Parts: sequence; structure tokens; C-alpha cells
Amino acid sequence: MGRTRMKRIGLFLLGSLLALLFLSPIWILLINSFKSLKNIYLDVLGLPNRDTFLWKNYPEAFEKLDFATSFFNSAAITISATVLILIFCAMAAWALVRYKWKISNIIFLSFAAAMLIPFQCVMLPLVSLMDAMNMMNRPGIVVMYLGFGASLSIIMLHGFIKNVPLELEEAATIDGCNMFQTFFRIVLPLLKTILITVAILNVMWIWNDFLLPQLMINKTGWQTLPLKTFLFFGQFSKRWDLATAGLLLCMIPIVIFYLFCQKYIVKGVTEGAIK
Amino acid sequence: MKRPKWGFWVFIAPALIAFILVQLIPAFTGIYYSFTDWNGIGNEVSLVGVRNYADIFEDSGFWRSFLFTAVFAACAVVSLNVVGFFLALLVTQAVPLRSLMRSVFFLPNLIGGILLGFTWQFIFTQAFDSVGKALGIPWLQGWLSTPATAALGLLILVTWQLSGYMMIIYIAQIQNIPDSVMEAAQIDGANGWHRLTKIILPLVAPAFTIGLFLSLTNSFKMYDQNLSLTGGGPYHSTEMLAMNIYNSAFKFNQLGIAQAKAVLFLIVVAAISLTQLYLSKKREVEM
Repeated sequence: MGRTRMKRIGLFLLGSLLALLFLSPIWILLINSFKSLKNIYLDVLGLPNRDTFLWKNYPEAFEKLDFATSFFNSAAITISATVLILIFCAMAAWALVRYKWKISNIIFLSFAAAMLIPFQCVMLPLVSLMDAMNMMNRPGIVVMYLGFGASLSIIMLHGFIKNVPLELEEAATIDGCNMFQTFFRIVLPLLKTILITVAILNVMWIWNDFLLPQLMINKTGWQTLPLKTFLFFGQFSKRWDLATAGLLLCMIPIVIFYLFCQKYIVKGVTEGAIK
Repeated sequence: MKRPKWGFWVFIAPALIAFILVQLIPAFTGIYYSFTDWNGIGNEVSLVGVRNYADIFEDSGFWRSFLFTAVFAACAVVSLNVVGFFLALLVTQAVPLRSLMRSVFFLPNLIGGILLGFTWQFIFTQAFDSVGKALGIPWLQGWLSTPATAALGLLILVTWQLSGYMMIIYIAQIQNIPDSVMEAAQIDGANGWHRLTKIILPLVAPAFTIGLFLSLTNSFKMYDQNLSLTGGGPYHSTEMLAMNIYNSAFKFNQLGIAQAKAVLFLIVVAAISLTQLYLSKKREVEM
């Protein structure tokens, strides 16, 4: 038993060391966010002491990032886009599974094939099209996320719905439910587990997405957190006192989300990767 | 069961219309624009044949960018998968606090590329610099201002961000190995090394296909991290393909040329993904 125990302790030490290494960049941000710019330049790795400790980077960064507005924009766009994706993609995937005609296959394959297209390839025509359609605004970008999120979401939902038995739907139809009632009352509740997975995957990329907001809604008052962070760095490139506090402010929502949904996130990421 | 035809179209319409609008139409018009002199300002767009493509072949900046992206992606594939697999092995052992470790390793994955890039910019330019000065190690100083260290910095960032993702994929596969197989091997006297090379590695092989290609396409398409960590500098040495395309469109207003570059980019990315699809289908048949 002695050897197993030694091995466990060794692995534990190695793992802890690696975990600390993984956390060290965030730790370094944290200690510097409580220092003045001068003290950051004097000593990056030291802890702030009682004389040099200051809070004021946080309120200042909060204000410079227009944090409340940017957070609201990010949250409103992410949540509404994810809800739209869930409802419309579940509807589409269900129709694609239940209507077994040729057009279903063609449409499904186009959704799948589009996953190969890198964003850079559609970016420029998309900007001119959206501009022409007057969609370069917050509701417009929600529609765009629906279009971009549809491929993966429909593929995942399609795979799940294929294994949902038809009997319940048939019974519902016999009982007089129309298509909408059947779908929203019978089918949708059965999809709960896969809907959570799809929601997590979409929230993760939409929340962090930078390029689409930069191209489409780069206007004062409309900017999302990643976009505002980028602009903030352009404006105050050497203000590391504000920057460290600002970066941490932006990480807080992500860490909270992670703490609450970790189980689903790991499951979602695993399933999303394997698709 | 008989359902009306219109039902299909009603159910599929919202997702399909959005998809056609933001993906299909731009994809096809994009291919068309790559054969024109489109500059985004005037409304007059005329066909110029393959001139844009010919121009790209003489654009040394594009090829430098292409080469850098390819080399970088190759290095990232190795480092991401080696680190990711190693972390997966570690947290699937009977180690105290292993689920906490797993959470920590995965955490950077959720933080967006822009935030990560600026975070590491601080680490490289301030923390590395101060350690370098304190200990008198010159190569730790001015880390992002030489091409080699800037590229290495990008590699460190990507490894930090995505190896946890790879880890998750490998954990799923390692946990699929039946306990009975491992126990049988232990009874037969297989040591740790034998269990790793003779059982775990062969059984995890399908996940390697996934891990390899995911990391390859991810690093090939990388933009946010590139923009916020190095901005392509110093002297465009770390400018990856996505950024090169963006710059020729928005810095130089050569939209036709940018679009032609994007089409080439599409061909490369699609070729990588289709190879993956082919390989994993082939494996499924074999198994």
C-alpha cells in the first residue's frame, strides 16, 4: 500500500501545481487590480500592502467600460438569440425528422455543410447585405446569431429527435391536438436535456463573440462587453491599473455562470465536440 | 401519420430564412465578389476574372501569413493534445480534489478570446518583464516585441485556453474504458506504462481524431486572441490568415481581394474538415 499512497501524493502535488499554474494569470491580474499604475510598474508580482492598496480602479474601470450598459447589451443579445435558437431550431429539426421527403434531406445537408464555412468567408457580403436591409442593430444581430447558430443546433437536435418515439405524438393527434399543440405540449418537454446542451453551447459562443458585434453594432450604447473591452484597450492602452480591474470585472459573470452550470457545461461541450 | 405539407414549411421557415439570409446568400455572393473589383464604396462592381486570385499569388504578405498560420496550427495541435491528454490522464486517476482540478483546467475555455489576449498581454509585457529584470534573464524581457517570442506567446495562450477543452474530450473517452478491462490487465500483471500504451492509448484513439481536427480547425481560424495579444505584430510576423483577410478588407479597402483570400481560406478549412469526416467514417466502418 505504501507505493500506491506515494503515487497518490505525487499525483496530487503535480495536479495542484498545474492547477496553480493555470490560475496564475488570473491571480496576477487580481493582485495588480488593487495597485496604482506606478506600483504596478515598480513591482508586478508583489502583493499590494496596506499603504498601496486601493479600490478605485474598479469603479473607474466600471465607468470607463460603461459596464452596466455593455453587460445589459451582452446579456440581452445572448439571451434573446439563445431563446430564438432553441425554439426555432427545435421546430425545424422536428419537421426535418418527421417529414420524410427528399427536401428534408437537402435542407439538413445544407445546414450541415454550412458548418464548414469560416466566418471570414461570408463576413464582407454579410455586412453589405445587412446594411442594405437596415439590420445593423441589436434586433438584427439576434437574427444573425439565429442564422449562424442554426447549423450546429439543428444537427444536435436532429440527432436527438430521431430517437424520440412517435407514439406519443400520434396519441396527441388522435386526441385532437393540432401540429403546434403537439409540438409545444408533447415534443418540446421531451427535448429538455438536449435543449440545455444546445443552450449552453450557444450562450458560450454568443457571449464571447467579438467580430460580429464589431462589424454590426459598433455604436455608442449598443456595444457588448467583448467589444467594449477591445475599445477600452485602444483608448487606454498603457493604463494597466484600469485594465486589470476591467478584465476581472468582465470575467466575473463568466465565472458565476461556470459555478452554477458546470455540470451542464462539461456535458454540453463534450457532446458538441463529438458531433 | 398524415401531416399537412404547409406544416413543414411553417415549422422550418424561421430558422431557414435566417440561415439563408446570413449564410447562404453571403456565401454565394462572396464567391461572386471574389471575381470582381468590389471596393465597398462605389456601387459599380465589374467582373475582373481571376485577377484577384492572380494578385494574391504575388502577395508575399498573404503567403507569409498562410505559412505562419499553418506552422502555428501544427504546433498548437501537438501542444494542445499532449497537454490535454496528459491532464485527462491525471484527473482520471484516484487523486484527491481531482474534480476541482478538472474545473480549474477547463475554466480558461469559457473566457473569450479578447479578454484572454489582453490578460496574457499583461502577463508577457509586465510580469515576464519584471521577472526577467529581477533575475537578469534577457529573453524574458520584451516578450511580445520579437517575432519568435510573440509567436511562442500566442502558443502559450492557446494552450492555456484550449487544453482543458481537449482534456474534456479525452476524459469522456478514458471513462468509456470498461473497468473490467483495466482490472483484468492489473491481474495479469500489467504495470502502469503497459496499461497506458497497450490499453488506454488504443482505446482512446477515436478521440484523437476528434481532438486533432478540433484543435487544427480552431487554431487555423483563430482571430480574437491574435488581435488582442499581438495585433499581428511585431512587423506582421504573427498575422494569421483571418486577420490578414480582415486587414485587406478594412484597412486597405480591397474587398475583392479580401474575398478571394476568404475563398481560398474556405477551401483549406473545408478540406481539413472533410478529411476528418472521411477518417472518422472510415474508422466507424472498421469497428
